[in-house]
Amino acid sequence: MVPFDRLEEAHARRSVLSDRSFIAAIYCATIVFVAVVVGLFVMLFAGSWPAIQSFGLKFFWTSSWNPVTSQFGALPMIYGTVVSSAIAILLAGFVGVYAAAYLADFAPRLVARPLSFLIELLAAVPSVVFGLWGLFVLSPVLRDRADPFLEAHFGFVPLFSGPIFGTSLLTAGVILAIMIVPTVCAISRDVIMAVLAEHREGSLALGATRWETMWRVILPGAKSGIFGACVLALGRALGETIATTMVIGNKPAIAASLFQPSYTLASVIANEFTEATTALYQSALIELGLLLFLVSMVVNGFARLLTWTVLRPSRGR
Amino acid sequence: MISPIPVPTTGQIHVPARAARLVVEDLTALYGNRVALAGVSIAFPEQSVTALIGPSGCGKSTFLRCLNRIHEAAGTATVRGRVLLDGQDIYAPEVNPIVIRRRVGMVFQRANPFPTMSILDDVTTGLRYAGRARTRMERVEQAERVLRMAALWDEVKDKLNQPGIALSGGQQQRLCIARALAVNPDILLMDEPTSALDPIATAQIEELITSLADAYTMVCVSHNMQQAARISDFTAFMLAGSDYVGHLVEVGETDKIFTRPQDQRTEDYITGRFG
Repeated sequence: MVPFDRLEEAHARRSVLSDRSFIAAIYCATIVFVAVVVGLFVMLFAGSWPAIQSFGLKFFWTSSWNPVTSQFGALPMIYGTVVSSAIAILLAGFVGVYAAAYLADFAPRLVARPLSFLIELLAAVPSVVFGLWGLFVLSPVLRDRADPFLEAHFGFVPLFSGPIFGTSLLTAGVILAIMIVPTVCAISRDVIMAVLAEHREGSLALGATRWETMWRVILPGAKSGIFGACVLALGRALGETIATTMVIGNKPAIAASLFQPSYTLASVIANEFTEATTALYQSALIELGLLLFLVSMVVNGFARLLTWTVLRPSRGR
Repeated sequence: MISPIPVPTTGQIHVPARAARLVVEDLTALYGNRVALAGVSIAFPEQSVTALIGPSGCGKSTFLRCLNRIHEAAGTATVRGRVLLDGQDIYAPEVNPIVIRRRVGMVFQRANPFPTMSILDDVTTGLRYAGRARTRMERVEQAERVLRMAALWDEVKDKLNQPGIALSGGQQQRLCIARALAVNPDILLMDEPTSALDPIATAQIEELITSLADAYTMVCVSHNMQQAARISDFTAFMLAGSDYVGHLVEVGETDKIFTRPQDQRTEDYITGRFG
């Protein structure tokens, strides 16, 4: 029996060794993420140091963006970023969740499969293509039809009043909504289907209609997952650059009306990086990048917090 | 015949001494083109428990799901034949399945309290679907009534506002029974209600089933023959094989089925020769 024992021992030793090297490998792979986040932050912070030094907190709440006089205030871009993303998530949230509910429960299988595929395909379209389409198709439609309609019926709200521009905050919001709606829809559909499998019949057996089942049992059960989908989508909207740049009008000013052009953090960086001739100009652009990084982080962190606290009981088992 | 394979016609309409509230005539259930069970005829007497037994895949769960029209909620599932509830065919075109599901309650294999609801909301969900119990006081009143029936009131009366999913498995299942009772059904269907529970919780549920039999017509699928023998007044044995679809082999008083079955296959099954 001795040779067998020895063989087994050697095998066990080899197993321990391979186990250790495997653990080391996955450990290293994970470290990469930490290193990237820290590296990004350090680079952004170091690069924006001159701008932070010369403008301090004024950078966040002044509105003049004038490279010629070296005056840099980021407030219009913060406003443009937040508002365009807010419009996007409002539109995409409603449409995405409703479409997900339809695909998960109401659509016949023959319809649901190709539709789901189509929606996932939409997520794969490059953003520059959305930008082109937004500029040449969506923007004229909004300018000539949708915006005048909104102004005629909701003109008493400052958001929907004033002169109408084709490239505007609203156009950017709508194009962002179209870009992120597949994310909202695809993830929400999966979450809804998971809740559905367990609770659909329980509700139907009590004499519920399918609508009541969806509205009172399934959607509440899926809300933390749906919320997660929305946060993911919002992250994409906040950072989206090229499509926004093509349709938002690129004007660093805050206007009350959504029909006016605006600017986003990402768009400024993309547009002006090549022309940033002075060190301070370049540093101000990097500080915009830092800001975008922080805004995304705060949004994500806030959403996490909300998922943990407010939505906690819905997680179940 | 819809079925491409021969269907034995052993399912006689069993007419027991007590009046039958639910009568099934020549029922065939399909998933798409696939026949899950065929030619089932049986009557369920009131104020009694009828156990449905048979090996896995014999169609007993599918059969149960035909009795409250939840079978058809699964996409391509369809039904032929008649199911008479107090003489009215529940598959008649003018009948609304939602009304049927209120009169024929159902408890599932796995306890499924609604994930976001408090115990109070969960128990009264069916009432709210029916547009009843609009005020909180009415809901608490109704909840107490059915939770007492389900022998759960004393355990949950101080935590009606806590989520139902925080309860133990057995408590969750009794919550689901209470929830089904809240809409005042005439019939109560149970699909292996104890299969996910420990022996103590199982005993509690069995006791509950026996006590509810005084007021309800109950049909209970069971994978456990001892359980069927303990809780039921009547037992129906179903079977499916490689060359025939699920069908009813034999039905009768539980004592007789377990001591002197008429059919050789029933005897083979209950003596543990297969299944």
